[in-house]
Formats: sequence, C-alpha cells, structure tokens
Amino acid sequence: MEDNKTHSHTTHDVHHMNVDDHHQPSNTKQIWKTFWILLGITVFEVGIAFTSLPKGLLKWTFIGLTIVKSYYIVGYFMHLKHEKPHFAWVILLPFVLIIYFIAMLICEGNYIGSLAGEMLK
Amino acid sequence: MMSSETSLKKENSSDWDGGRSPFAMSWGKMYMWLFLVSDAFTFSSLILAYGAMRHRFSSVWPDANDVFTHFPFLHGHIPLAYVGLMTFILIMSSVTMVLAVDAGHRMNRKSAIMWMVFTIIGGFMFLGSQAWEWYHFITGTEGGKMVDGVMMHGANLTRNEYGHPLFADFFFFITGFHGFHVFSGVVINIIILINVINGVYDKRGHYEQVEKAGLYWHFVDLVWVFVFTFFYLV
Repeated sequence: MEDNKTHSHTTHDVHHMNVDDHHQPSNTKQIWKTFWILLGITVFEVGIAFTSLPKGLLKWTFIGLTIVKSYYIVGYFMHLKHEKPHFAWVILLPFVLIIYFIAMLICEGNYIGSLAGEMLK
Repeated sequence: MMSSETSLKKENSSDWDGGRSPFAMSWGKMYMWLFLVSDAFTFSSLILAYGAMRHRFSSVWPDANDVFTHFPFLHGHIPLAYVGLMTFILIMSSVTMVLAVDAGHRMNRKSAIMWMVFTIIGGFMFLGSQAWEWYHFITGTEGGKMVDGVMMHGANLTRNEYGHPLFADFFFFITGFHGFHVFSGVVINIIILINVINGVYDKRGHYEQVEKAGLYWHFVDLVWVFVFTFFYLV
C-alpha cells in the first residue's frame, strides 16, 4: 500500500515538472519559424538539383542540408533541445555506430563493385 | 515513509542522487524515445543496404530523376516536383502536430482537436500521394523496355524497365516500410484524437499522450527527410 502511494506520487511529480517547463505562453512563433526553415531548405534543395553544379558538390550539399533539417526536426519539433542534456546524449550517442556502419558498407559496396568490374575485363 | 522521502529530496541536489526522475521525464515518454532510436536503427540499416548496393551496381543504377517524372494533371518530364510536394505535405502535418502538442500543454482542448484533425488529414494526403507514386512506378511508361527478353512496362520485384532490379526492390521496401509507419501514425493519431474529444486528458490533468504520439509522428517525418535525400536527390 505504502509503496503504491510513493510510486504514484513520483509519477505525478514528473508530469508536474513537464507542465512547469512549458509555462511560457506558447511556442507558436518558434514552431512556424522552424517550419519556414525546413520548407526553405527543401525548396533550395529541389532548386539546386536542376543546376549544373558538379555531382560531388551537390551530393555533399544535400547530405549536409539533410543533417541541418534533422537538427531542426529533432531539436525543435521533437523538443530534444529542451530536454535534459544527459537525455539528449542517451538518444544521440548510439548513432556513432551508424556513422561507422555507413563507412563500412559504402567501402564494401565500392570494393565488390570494382571486383566485378575487373572480372568483366 | 513520506517524511523520509521529503528529507531525501532536500538533501540531494544532483539529478542522479535518487528520489527523482533524473531526466525529468515520465517513463512513457522516455520509452517512446528509446523505441524511436531502435526504429531509427532499422531504417538506417535499410537505407544503408540500399547505399551499399547502389555503390555495388553504380554503373547500371537508374537516376531517380528519370524514373519519378510525373505530376498530377501535367504532362511531360517533371522530376522532383511531386516528391517535393509530398515532403511539403509531411512537414506541414508535422507543424500541425507540434501545434496540437503546444495546445495540449496549455490544456486547450478545442485547439488541440483542431490541430490533430489537420494532422490526420495531412497523413491521409501523404498516404494518397504515396499510392499515386507507387501506381506510376508499377505501371511505368508507355514505351517500356526489353528486360531479359520480356517487354517490361514499369516495375515488379524481379525486373523493371528502369535499371537494376534491386532499385525497385529497395524502393518498394523502404518507401513501403515508411508508408506503413505513416499509416500506423495516422491510426495512433485517430485514437488519441478520440481521447482528446472525450476529455480523457482533461480528466488526467495533462496531455502527455498527445506529446508521445507527436514524437512518433515527427520521427516519421524525419525518416522521410532521409528517404527524400537518398532516393530522390543524391
């Protein structure tokens, strides 16, 4: 019985903290600002896709802008920027593995591709 | 019991000394985040497998700008416009979702209902666009192309007129998996909307459930940003 009481008490506490966090009148302004940034980046991406810029430069621009877009979505829409920094690290750090995975698989793909090319010669 | 707990709280100032939630977050919201991390790993693996195979078959890999060239009611070669519109729809529905979460924080039920309805409409619009895109990919062009001695119009899982069969396989699998996430998100949003309309969260005292559904919805938007880049732009 006692245990139950304390449990519900702490859960209530957590919700209370959450509500207190957002006691500013409203974040509407920031939300729309984020929307215009995301839309602007997307329009810019589609726009430069039709230019005759070098392919490599285009590719890295797109990848860079995708990361900028995910920063705004995760930071502002998903509110990670306003969570505790500890928590943001818990969420973001595992993606170091993905960076390693990208390097590994792209190298592997290129290598197998070049091997197959050699065999055709 | 209660008095010892309150004294604990006074003594300990650090987040990690116990007696409080170190992340100042309910378990439900935290587990939604952890689920999204695992889901992000699934999507990363799929997109990475696509990347590896694209590099493997780089000489015969089709250019997406030659494949997805249709736009409703317009004729001619119009690449990127339609998928740009789909991206716009999804970003827009993400905005209406944050506005619903924001309304929830202010305990404004009417406003939350309105923005949730807009979000659900946006979700259906995206799913419809996805279906249209698939239809054109599957039925293909009038010209078609000979593949393995068969005249191919469009694509299936074993051959397509655009290039390497894996291109179509990854397209179906990744956009299909993402589309299914969007569909699940719409269903979740409808359930949450019904609860909001019934005043469940007013009785509970907080709209955190809307926030959790919102996290999932934004994640779906986030995945689309990556699909858009790696399938259509790069």
